[in-house]
Amino acid sequence: MTDREPTARRGRLRVEGFESSTERSLEDDTAWPRSVERDREQSRTEGSVGRSRSRWRDIWRRFRSDRTALLGAAIVAILTVLAVFAWPLEVTTLGYRITLQPFALAPYDPGELYVGPTNAGPSLAHPFGTDWAGRDQFSRVLAGGRYSLSIGALAVALALCVGVPLGAIAGYVGGWVDEAIMRVVDILFAFPFLVLAIAIVAVLGQGYWNVVAALVITGWLSYARLIRGEILSVREAEYVTAAKALGASDRRIVARHVVPNAVAPVIVQATLNVGTVVLAAAALGFLGLGLSPDSAEWGTMLADGRSSLLQGHWHITVFPGLALFAFVLAINLVGDGLNDALEPRLEDGESRTAHRGSRTHDVERRDR
Amino acid sequence: MSLGTYALRRTLLAVPVLVGVSAITFSFVHLVPGDAIDVLAGFQGVDPEARDALREEYGLDDPIWRQYLAWVTDVLALEFGESPITGRDVGATIAERLPRTLALGVAAWLLSLAIGIPAGIVAALNHGRPADELTRLGALAGIATPNFWLGLVLLFIFGVHLGWVRVTPPDAGLASLEMLWFMVLPTITLGTASAALITRLLRASMARELQKAYVRTARAKGLRERTVVLKHVLRNSLTAVVTVAGLQLAILVDGAVVVEQVFAWPGMGQLVVDAVDQRDVPLIQASVLVIAVAVVLANLLVDLVYAALDPRVRYR
Repeated sequence: MTDREPTARRGRLRVEGFESSTERSLEDDTAWPRSVERDREQSRTEGSVGRSRSRWRDIWRRFRSDRTALLGAAIVAILTVLAVFAWPLEVTTLGYRITLQPFALAPYDPGELYVGPTNAGPSLAHPFGTDWAGRDQFSRVLAGGRYSLSIGALAVALALCVGVPLGAIAGYVGGWVDEAIMRVVDILFAFPFLVLAIAIVAVLGQGYWNVVAALVITGWLSYARLIRGEILSVREAEYVTAAKALGASDRRIVARHVVPNAVAPVIVQATLNVGTVVLAAAALGFLGLGLSPDSAEWGTMLADGRSSLLQGHWHITVFPGLALFAFVLAINLVGDGLNDALEPRLEDGESRTAHRGSRTHDVERRDR
Repeated sequence: MSLGTYALRRTLLAVPVLVGVSAITFSFVHLVPGDAIDVLAGFQGVDPEARDALREEYGLDDPIWRQYLAWVTDVLALEFGESPITGRDVGATIAERLPRTLALGVAAWLLSLAIGIPAGIVAALNHGRPADELTRLGALAGIATPNFWLGLVLLFIFGVHLGWVRVTPPDAGLASLEMLWFMVLPTITLGTASAALITRLLRASMARELQKAYVRTARAKGLRERTVVLKHVLRNSLTAVVTVAGLQLAILVDGAVVVEQVFAWPGMGQLVVDAVDQRDVPLIQASVLVIAVAVVLANLLVDLVYAALDPRVRYR
């Protein structure tokens, strides 16, 4: 491998566009073969730091050096803060009203009718205009983030809780248990994501928790497949054989070797899936199968976008859509960055960015 | 494993999936809250006589497995019964809608190939340069754009504002010039996401492929760069695109459901959504089943084609 760089630089044979591969440090002997010179400098000075802690530090360092990923993370953080502080959050239990969050960034109550003229375009009083019922679009877009973001986070978290254990059991136990679980996954995978979600909503009815349920039922499949595949490949790895030979228990092997190695692709997949889930929830809302029609959810707000567009009211469609687009794009940037930062198993000669996207699509390929 | 053996094995593997798919679709009638007769009657109050007729027709007093078998037998003969809402034959409705969705899907698929493949090549060849970064961001934007929103925006710009296209489909045949012109916007809307997917995939696999030894050899023996890229690298990289054809099909179907709603395109997607709206369970069942079976068969076909193209797959 050492003769590779000179070859790449030799006049006529110069391979354009692979300069970044020179940043590869082959002699790096840590568990993470790809760390930048500066990082090693630091880790040498912090010599006694435990292996797993420096590993996460490495990941963070690599993530931090990725500007687009940081931009994505910033957008996600801003949208989350806006969604939380858009409107006071109150919980009513047993007759008591508990205010969890008293701030209101939104100028108007997102649900209040006729705070301005109907179908008015953007103005100083209403930066995003008003909708057919005279509700302030700006307040609705701000507050609407609550639905989309919470549905995305909840559905992915719950899907992980279902998919990861089932996939791990299938991969580790094997036999008929594996067969049974994976056949169910195969069958559910035959239905396109949104079509299955629509069918589930048709069965369960509409509403927040039913939408979440539909997205969990369709969402856990990919994690189950992913973690099963990872466990199958890790189980055959030499270091697991070595650990077994040293007398490590099954539980220790799973906890110390299998899970940490299988977790990276799951994190990437889960991050990217937040985007998919938010889009799917919005699509359900757009089709009129999501939340109740007057709720300020981005997709639901777009549901009457078509008729108002045809009347020339562009602002009703543009702003919720932009919010949705910004959030999903940001999540994808973060996912891409995580993919690069977590990728420890680059084959030789591969530059870091060459891998962008390929891991996630490996995952998707395994999905089908 | 010979191709024949592989084909047989792969086909047999699809059978339990098809059985499971049909079982799930069948169970809709019993999963929807309410009495199965009400569900089948479309929640319209029917007189006791008609209820008895329905009970008789669907064999609701029989054990569940017998009901399932009877239903599957009907379905295999492509008899889906009548819609309780419209009274029309469900099979005929689907036969009328399916070609429209297929036309839209094929057009969008071709468009996504026409955009995705060149974009992926350009990005991989300019690895790390502005052109690459631009393509990457473009592809990410394509994935992140909600397709219904893109459709609405296009409809507003070209339909309402500029007035170049109609906002509803013309009353003309599928192959007429008018209809083809109308299909431009839905095709773009539907094709964007899969074009972005193809671009990302091809870029990644080509960047990897370009670093392999055979590329260096091909260049060393003096082949033109064009030949190296288009004949050697591209051909090897495209297998990565073929493997996700199943995923792409699912993306197109999911997209069609939404895009058809935006452009009032009378296809399968609109049919499903309308059926859910009207709680027309037999129609939901039939259209979901048709879609799922189509996906299973398409995946089977892709796997067989792939195995024929790349013999290594058969031994995996």
